[in-house]
Amino acid sequence: MITVNQLVEKMELEVIAGATGLSQVVEGMYIGDLLSWVMANIRKGNCWVTIQTHVNIVAVAMLGEAACIIIPEGADIDEATIEKANEENIPLLRSKESAFQLAFKYGQLLEADQS
Amino acid sequence: MTIQLSYEVVKNDFFKAGEASSNIKKVLRQLGIPSDLIRRVAVATYEAEMNIVIHSDGGEIILLVTPEKVQITALDKGPGIADIEMAMKEGYSTAPQEVREMGFGAGMGLPNMKRCADEFEIKSSLGNSTEVTIIIRI
Repeated sequence: MITVNQLVEKMELEVIAGATGLSQVVEGMYIGDLLSWVMANIRKGNCWVTIQTHVNIVAVAMLGEAACIIIPEGADIDEATIEKANEENIPLLRSKESAFQLAFKYGQLLEADQS
Repeated sequence: MTIQLSYEVVKNDFFKAGEASSNIKKVLRQLGIPSDLIRRVAVATYEAEMNIVIHSDGGEIILLVTPEKVQITALDKGPGIADIEMAMKEGYSTAPQEVREMGFGAGMGLPNMKRCADEFEIKSSLGNSTEVTIIIRI
């Protein structure tokens, strides 16, 4: 079992907002930027990696029941998004790494967790 | 037991967009509706809500819950859809470029709604309002 908090520590993520949701359990990762596509396919507990940083990603994460959002490659995040993520207790995290690197690291974490 | 609630959806208000869907989700949870069913309602409602925000002059989302079904009605103030058949095709979109850059306008909205619904109906014509009805049986 991996929590958002463990992701933050092991993948060296920056907590931007929604710190109250860090104890949530992460089950799988989903990478995507087309919001309708994400809505249709993201699964409950997924850690969602997207380069979209506008406020509506919080609604997508919430309705799609994502465990957290990770913004890759150090992208700037809208102030409104931060405000909304805090309001809704959705952990909004940021990494300097690419979506691929994040997925690779998460895969390694999963392997370690399962062995 | 019948519950009916309605939520106003404002044109181009991306900050509030998703609130109607979130509120509906919370209400359904409180009513003890099964979670897989809530998820289908949430996806369909979000798509309907975003369509009103992006494509219409504003409107409302109406939730109706009876012992047999959850019904979502998305009703806007126009300007209506010229070709419903085209609008229903996956990948077809009339969304403006700036909205596409935000990750919307993939042409998945209406097909997603239909996929989530047990019954789906859309009524619209150019120059008139659009009414989408989604029924999910309990």
